[in-house]
Amino acid sequence: MQQPGDRIFAASARGAGILILVVLAGVAAFLVIQAIPALVANPADLPGGKNIAVYVAPFVFGTVVSSAIALIIATPLAIAVALFITHYAPRRLAQGLGYLIDLLAAVPSIVFGLWGLAVLAPAMLGLSTWLNTYLGWIPLFAGPVSVTGRTMLVVGVTLAVMILPIITAVSREVFLQTPKLHEEAALALGATRWEMIRMSVLPFGRSGIISGAMLGLGRALGETMAVAIILSGSSIITFNLISSGNSSSIAANIALNFPDSTGVAVNTLIASGLVLFVITLLVNSLARYIINRRREFSGAN
Amino acid sequence: MSIDTERAQQEKVEPPPGPVSLVRAELPRWAPYGILVASLVVVGVLLAVTGGFSIGLFVFLSAVLFGLATYLVSRVVEGARKATDRLVTIVVTVAFLIALIPLISVVITVVTNGLARFDAAFFTQSMRGVGGANDLAGGGYHAIMGTLIITALAAVMSIPVGVLTAVYLVEYGSKSRLARAVTFFVDVMTGIPSIVAGLFSFALFALFFGPSIRLGFAGSVALSVLMIPVVVRSTEEMLKIVPNELREAAYALGTPKWRTILKVVIPTSIAGIASGITLAIARVIGETAPLLIAVGITTGLNLNPFANRMATLPVFAYYSYAAPGVPREPFIDRAWTSALVLIIIVLVLNLVARLVARVFAPKTR
Repeated sequence: MQQPGDRIFAASARGAGILILVVLAGVAAFLVIQAIPALVANPADLPGGKNIAVYVAPFVFGTVVSSAIALIIATPLAIAVALFITHYAPRRLAQGLGYLIDLLAAVPSIVFGLWGLAVLAPAMLGLSTWLNTYLGWIPLFAGPVSVTGRTMLVVGVTLAVMILPIITAVSREVFLQTPKLHEEAALALGATRWEMIRMSVLPFGRSGIISGAMLGLGRALGETMAVAIILSGSSIITFNLISSGNSSSIAANIALNFPDSTGVAVNTLIASGLVLFVITLLVNSLARYIINRRREFSGAN
Repeated sequence: MSIDTERAQQEKVEPPPGPVSLVRAELPRWAPYGILVASLVVVGVLLAVTGGFSIGLFVFLSAVLFGLATYLVSRVVEGARKATDRLVTIVVTVAFLIALIPLISVVITVVTNGLARFDAAFFTQSMRGVGGANDLAGGGYHAIMGTLIITALAAVMSIPVGVLTAVYLVEYGSKSRLARAVTFFVDVMTGIPSIVAGLFSFALFALFFGPSIRLGFAGSVALSVLMIPVVVRSTEEMLKIVPNELREAAYALGTPKWRTILKVVIPTSIAGIASGITLAIARVIGETAPLLIAVGITTGLNLNPFANRMATLPVFAYYSYAAPGVPREPFIDRAWTSALVLIIIVLVLNLVARLVARVFAPKTR
């Protein structure tokens, strides 16, 4: 037996769920609709005068490179930080330290952008020069070193700072779920703390680390303002991380050019946004897939 | 060959000299601190002698020397396994300290640069007519109001949708296909880059109002797209931990399901829900990219989100820094002050969320 109130409430709850599906379908649909003019337009009318794939390629490259640097730096650091909070810090301090790292995630990206340009860029000049002097034979550090510090390397480090709390949070959660009996068994057999972590915590948390890294990667791929402020990018493809010529990222390119664009240029930017949407969608779906697979089989929940 | 084996066996059975010890040697408790001080002194003296002293280099070299020295000493006294353990402890601790550097550096930078214009004028004046000789005045009043209005509108749209969706997922959906689809797509929405949300909102409004449309409300829609999944996720988690006994007790008294949800389930979890919503607001209030796309920027105060451009704090900070007027300095100062105000807002929201969660948590006694 159902009361009218029951029916109304159930319907509105279900309606809210359906609304979310509609909104997401709307995101995809409206982006596609607005991107179509750029896909069918005469290539000569597009910015750069080539077809859309040629236009987007350098930005895809820049997006991937900056995120890759961020991921390479942030993942090991985040694992170590998560281990510190869960297994090394004094029990009483651990929660507070966790909040502290979470605060890092709360800082708006525009602030990281300003900080990256004003503080990190000059601070990394010494390191860039050193890399160029001693490792200059690697194409990544071929130089010449940018004197302003507005380089791909600085962007990568800034992005690493921004995704560190995400990876840390996810890893911390799975590390805490490690069965206590596994840890105690390892310790009882005479393992040192590191051996216990290597034998019980890390194998248990591996998929958590991977999915955390993927979520961080998703964030780094879509990060806009930090890249837009720090990098003076252009549409070139270069592996040189420390010189003044850099490939811009998709998101930064949209942010920098959108306010002044009209006509088919707007559609071109929206089309590039669609590319970004698809890339992050793939990365995030993969991350979710890994998380869910683990949830089903581990019995940790 | 047989001679070799015999000899080896003879060597093996040979008893060790002196009494057998079952306890491995161990470093005294003060040893790590002693090694730390020693490495600091050694590196300090070395750098002072060579003349290339800098804080960064000093800390870096000290950490490296500390790690190496601890490993070597421990390996000699305690053996390889203990030594590795000590080395990892140092590495993990150093990694944590490294992770704290950006947080501290960001706060110090923003506070020192932002305090210059953290004055009454910043909170009472807009940028209208500011320029030339007038340049020292001007503030972010219009941007602060814009941020508050747009975020409030976004919250008004996201909170009912988010909470109702979570209620559907936990109370009604159980394992239905719709519920599974919603769960999956909420996850997908969590990963939408903020700039794509801005493009979506722009594309939506441009379809009806033409491509030059810039609107406060469009910004709210973009922020909602980012905010709804966060609200759904956190509310869902909170509803899930409400014990089933409470629901069953209500049903046993003949309470209809919707009243059970409204009077029992939600009040029990309201602290967690409110805390999650506050964190969601804190997350979107600092978003720049979608507002840059959908709302644009203006110099004057505009309190109507349904007409014309509005200024918002993050976008104001961005333009003040990236496209300053002449002279530059007042614009840069205003950018830093905007960043400071933004950080303060976000920190306060985070603190409020923690307080709400703690103060209004259901009494367990």
